[in-house]
Amino acid sequence: MTEAAREDLKPVNPATLKVSDEIAIEIARMNKWFGQFHVLRDINLTVNRGERIVVCGPSGSGKSTLIRCINRLEEHQKGLIKVDGIELTSDLKNIDKIRSEVGMVFQHFNLFPHLTILENCTLAPIWVRKTPKKEAEEVAMHFLRKVKIPEQAAKYPGQLSGGQQQRVAIARSLCMKPKIMLFDEPTSALDPEMIKEVLDTMIELAQEGMTMICVTHEMGFAQAVANRVIFMDKGQIVEQNEPREFFNNPKSERTKLFLSQILGH
Amino acid sequence: MVDTTFVRTQMIEPEQAPGASVGAVRWARENLFSNWLNSVLTLLSLFAVYWLIAHIGPWFRHAVWNAGSLQECRSIIQATWGEGATGACFAVIRERWKQYLFGFYPADLYWRPTLTFFLMLAALAPLLFSGLPRRTMWFSVAFPGVAYWLLWGGSIFVPLGIYAGFVIAYVVHGAISARRPGPLASVAAVVALLIWWLYLVGPVAGVLSGTGIGTLTPVQSNQFGGFTLSLVIGVTGIAFSLPLGVLLALGRRSDMFFVKTICVGFIEFIRGVPLITLLLVASFLLNIFLPPGTNFDIILRVIIMVTLFSAAYMAETIRGGLAALPRGQYEAADALGLDYWKSMRLIIMPQALKISIPGIVNNFIGLFKDTTLVAIIALLDPLGLTTAIRADSNWNGIIWELYGFVALIFFLFCYSMSQYSQYLERKLQTGH
Amino acid sequence: MTSIDVSPEPFRLSMLIYDTRFRSLTIQTVAVLLFMLAAAWLVNNTVQNLNALGKDFDFGFLSSRAGYDINQALIPYTNDSTHGRAALVGILNTLLVALLGCTFATIIGVLAGVLRLSTNWVVAKLAAAYVEGFRNVPVLLWIFTIMAVITESAPAPSAFRGDTATASMLFSDSVAITNRGLYMPWPVWGPGWHLVVATFVLSLIAIILFGRYAKKRQEETGEILPTLWIKLGLFFIPTLLIDFVMGSPITLAYPVLERFNFVGGGFVDKALIALVVALSLYTGAFIAENVRAGILAISKGQTEAANALGLRPNRTMSLVVLPQAMRIIIPPLISQYLNLTKNSSLAIAVGYMDVRATLGGITMNQTGRELECMLLLMGFYLVVSLAISSLMNWYNSSVSLKER
Repeated sequence: MTEAAREDLKPVNPATLKVSDEIAIEIARMNKWFGQFHVLRDINLTVNRGERIVVCGPSGSGKSTLIRCINRLEEHQKGLIKVDGIELTSDLKNIDKIRSEVGMVFQHFNLFPHLTILENCTLAPIWVRKTPKKEAEEVAMHFLRKVKIPEQAAKYPGQLSGGQQQRVAIARSLCMKPKIMLFDEPTSALDPEMIKEVLDTMIELAQEGMTMICVTHEMGFAQAVANRVIFMDKGQIVEQNEPREFFNNPKSERTKLFLSQILGH
Repeated sequence: MVDTTFVRTQMIEPEQAPGASVGAVRWARENLFSNWLNSVLTLLSLFAVYWLIAHIGPWFRHAVWNAGSLQECRSIIQATWGEGATGACFAVIRERWKQYLFGFYPADLYWRPTLTFFLMLAALAPLLFSGLPRRTMWFSVAFPGVAYWLLWGGSIFVPLGIYAGFVIAYVVHGAISARRPGPLASVAAVVALLIWWLYLVGPVAGVLSGTGIGTLTPVQSNQFGGFTLSLVIGVTGIAFSLPLGVLLALGRRSDMFFVKTICVGFIEFIRGVPLITLLLVASFLLNIFLPPGTNFDIILRVIIMVTLFSAAYMAETIRGGLAALPRGQYEAADALGLDYWKSMRLIIMPQALKISIPGIVNNFIGLFKDTTLVAIIALLDPLGLTTAIRADSNWNGIIWELYGFVALIFFLFCYSMSQYSQYLERKLQTGH
Repeated sequence: MTSIDVSPEPFRLSMLIYDTRFRSLTIQTVAVLLFMLAAAWLVNNTVQNLNALGKDFDFGFLSSRAGYDINQALIPYTNDSTHGRAALVGILNTLLVALLGCTFATIIGVLAGVLRLSTNWVVAKLAAAYVEGFRNVPVLLWIFTIMAVITESAPAPSAFRGDTATASMLFSDSVAITNRGLYMPWPVWGPGWHLVVATFVLSLIAIILFGRYAKKRQEETGEILPTLWIKLGLFFIPTLLIDFVMGSPITLAYPVLERFNFVGGGFVDKALIALVVALSLYTGAFIAENVRAGILAISKGQTEAANALGLRPNRTMSLVVLPQAMRIIIPPLISQYLNLTKNSSLAIAVGYMDVRATLGGITMNQTGRELECMLLLMGFYLVVSLAISSLMNWYNSSVSLKER
C-alpha cells in the first residue's frame, strides 16, 4: 500500500485536467441515520463538472454511505442532494433520471452472473435507454475495447479474473453514458497484481474529463489524478484539500493519524 | 471555483434520528402499514388469526379433562356451557396417553422404555455436542445392546455375545497381523466374526442365560406401540443406516466401475420408490426372499426395510459432505502415506460426517415422520393407535383431540430437531 | 529428456493385492462375485419358497377379470374389466393426484416463500407458522386430518335443501362443498364449440407470435411494447367475441339438488380433494423454504447494481433476480415434485384408488401375486422418478453457470 508500489501508474499531470465552473453535485447539510445510528452528519459538498474527488477514511466512517446516497441506494433523511440540477426526493422520476446519469462501480463488481459480458453491458441501455439492440452492442463493444477486453464479450463473468470483472463493471456503467461516476472501493477486493489494470482504466477516464467521486485507499491514485481529497471520520467530513497539501501538510490530528497508519510511516 | 479546502475544528456529536413517531407506532407503521398492499395484507392476516381464535378458542375453553367416554364429555359440556356448546374432550388423552407412549407394553414394565429413552439422550449427547470428553463415546457404542436388552427383555448375554464378536474379531486380527501383516488378518477376522455370530453366540448365550443372571421379563414385539414404536423404528433405522450409508457413499464416489454401479443402482432404486412399497415388501414379500422356514416378526422386518431405505438417503447426505471437503484434504491424506481406509477413517470421514450432521438430522426428522406409514400395514404406531381408539365404543366419534395430540408431539420433536440442525448449519458456516 | 525403460516385473500373486494396477481389479472382481452370490441366494430362496407355496411367476393375471369397482376412473372401467386395466386406472389416478398436487403445491409454496420474506411482520410470521406447522408433522396425519375436516365440517347434501337449509351453495348457486365432495359447474359442448376452441388455440398462438414480434421490434427500434396488456387482451377478447357471435355454444351445466344428492355438473370426490389438499399443503411448505432460500441466495449487490444502472424494481426482479433465483430453486423444486408423487401412494388412507391401492392393494390381495404386483408397482414408481430426475439433470446442465 505504499507509493513505491504505485509508481508504475500511468503518468498524468492533474493540473492539465480541466475543471469547469458548472456544478455537478451539490450536497448541503445532509444527514442520515441507520435506525438510531447517526451515520452521516451535516455533509456539505459541492462537486464541479470534471472534478476527481477521492474520499478516504477509516472503515465505518460513512464514506461508502455518502456516495451511495448520491444515487439513492441509500435514502438521506435531512438536507439536500442535487445532482445535475435535479433534487433527490422520493419522486421516482427524479431517481430514475439521476440513476441514469450517475454510474456506479462496486467493491465486489456485482456483475450479473447469468448474462454474458456483452449482455451485462447492453442490459440497461436496452431496457432503460430503449436503445436498439444492435446499437447497444456497438456501444458496449466500444467501451469493452476501451477497458481492453473486447475479446471476452461472449464469456460469462465467472470465467474472468477479478481485475477483468471490475473493468467490465466500469464498461457496463459507461454504456449508460453517465455524466458522473461513483467508485465504491473498486480495488479493495482485488489481488495486488490486478489493481493496476483497474486504476489505469480509471485514470484514462479521468483524463477524458469524467466527473468522479472515488472512495479508495489507493493514495497513489489520489496523488496522480485527484484534484481534491476528502477525509471522513465518524460520519463527517474532517478535512479536504488538494492532494499535495493533504498528504504533505495535513491539518487535523485525525487526518495525520489516519495517514500515518495507511502510509505506514 | 468552489473552495476546496476545509478543516473541521469541532467534531459533530450524534443526534437523535428525526421523526416524531417512535416505539410501537413507528414500528407498526414501518412493518405493518408501509404501503396499501401491506396494510391490506396485515388486516387480512389479523382477521384470519381472529377468525381462528374465535372458532377454536371456545372449543379449548370448554375442554373437559375428566370423563369416561365421549358421551359423558358432551353432557358435561352441555351442562356447564349450555345447550349446543361444543368443546374439547381431552379426557381421552388423559385416559390413553400411556398407550400413546408405550402401546401395549406391559404397564408394570413402563420403566424400561422410559429408562431407554433417557439413556438414548445420554448416548446421543457425545455425538451431538462436541464439547464432551471422548470417553463418553463408549457409552454411545454400548447403548444399542443395552437398549435391545431393556426393550425386548430376555438375557443380557444375547447382546453381550454379539458385542463379544467384535472383541473376538479384534483379537484375531491383532494376532494374525502381528505375524503376517496384510489383508489375510482382515479376512480371518471377518470369518471369525461370522462363525461366532452364526454358530456360537446362540449356544453360549443359552448356557449363560441358564444361570438366570441379568434376565428381564421378555416382551414381544407386537406389544410395542405408540411413540415407543416410532422411536424404536426411527432411531434404529438411522443408527444402522449410518455405517451402511458411509459405505454406499464411498462406493458411489469410487472409481471402480462395478462397485460404483452396484452402489448407484441400490441408491437410485431405493430413492425412486415410495417407502410404503418397501413396507409392503416387508409385510408380504420379505419371507419369500429368505431361506425357507425363516420367519421373524414384523417389527424386525420393518426395521430392516427402513434401514435400507434411510441408508440410501444417508448415502446421498454423506456424499454431499464428502464432495464439500476441499481437494487438499484428500491430497494431504495421500501425501502422508495413509492407505485408503486409514485416510478415510482418520482424515476424510470425521470431517465429512461433521459437515453432514445437519443433513443427517434432517434425514432423521424425515424418517421419524415416515414411521407413521407403518400404520398402513396395521402396526400400532401413534396413528394406528388413533384409529384403534376411535373404534372403541366409548370414544367413537372423537377426532380432533387425538389428531391434535399426535400432531403436537410430532411437531415438538421435529421442530426442536430442525432448529438444532439449523443452529448447526449456522455454526458450520461461520466456524469453518 | 532421456526415457527410462520400466523393466516389466514378473507377475506374482501378491501383486493382485499390492500392485495399484491390479488392486482395483481384484476388489471389483470380489465385489461382483459377492453381489452375484447374494443375488443367486435371494433368487434361489425365492424359487424354493414359491415352489413350496405352489405358486409360479406369471403375469397372466393382468388379463383376467378384476371384479372390483373403482370409485373414480379417468378411462372407462367396470368390474368386468381386467386387472391390467384396473392397474392402468390406478396409474392415471396417481398421475392425476401428482399433477394437481404439484400445481397447487407450487402456487402455495411460492406464495408462502415470498410472504415469509415480507417486511410485514404479521404476514411473515403467519407464513412461518404455516411452513413450520406443515413441515414438522407427518404427511399421513395431514391426510387424515384434512379428510376429517371435509367429512366432519362440510355439510351433507341434505343440508342444502328446503326452507330450513343450513348450508348454501357458493358463487350464486354454482358450487356446493359437501361431505361427499365438491359439486361444480361443468362445460357442456353445444354445436359449434369447435370454432370457439379453435379461436382460443389460435389466440394462444397469436400470443406467442406477438411475444416474438415485440422482442424483435424492441431489438430493432428499442421501443418497449406493453406486452402484458396486449397478451391478456389476446387471451380473452377473440374467444369471448366468437363465443358471443356463435350464440354461446359452450354452456355450463350446474349441479342441482335432487332427492338425495346433487345431480348434473361436475363432481370431485372428497378423497381426491383431501389427498390433493393435504399433499399440496405439505409439499408447499417445503417448496416455500426452497423459494425463500433461492431468493435469499441472490446477494443484495445484484439488486443494487441493477438499481444503480437505472432499472426499476419490477425490471430488476424479472431481468436480474428471478433468472438467477430460478436456477437455485428449480432443482430442489423438482425433487419436491418427486416426493409428492411418491407420497401420493398414501392415497389408500382416504380410500382413493391410486396405483398402489389397485395394483398393489386389491389386485394383489385377490390374486395372491405379491411378487409380480410389487415388481410392477416399484417399476412404475422407478420409471416416474427416473423420468423426473433425468428432467432435472437436463435442466441443471442447461442452466449451470459458467465458472472458471
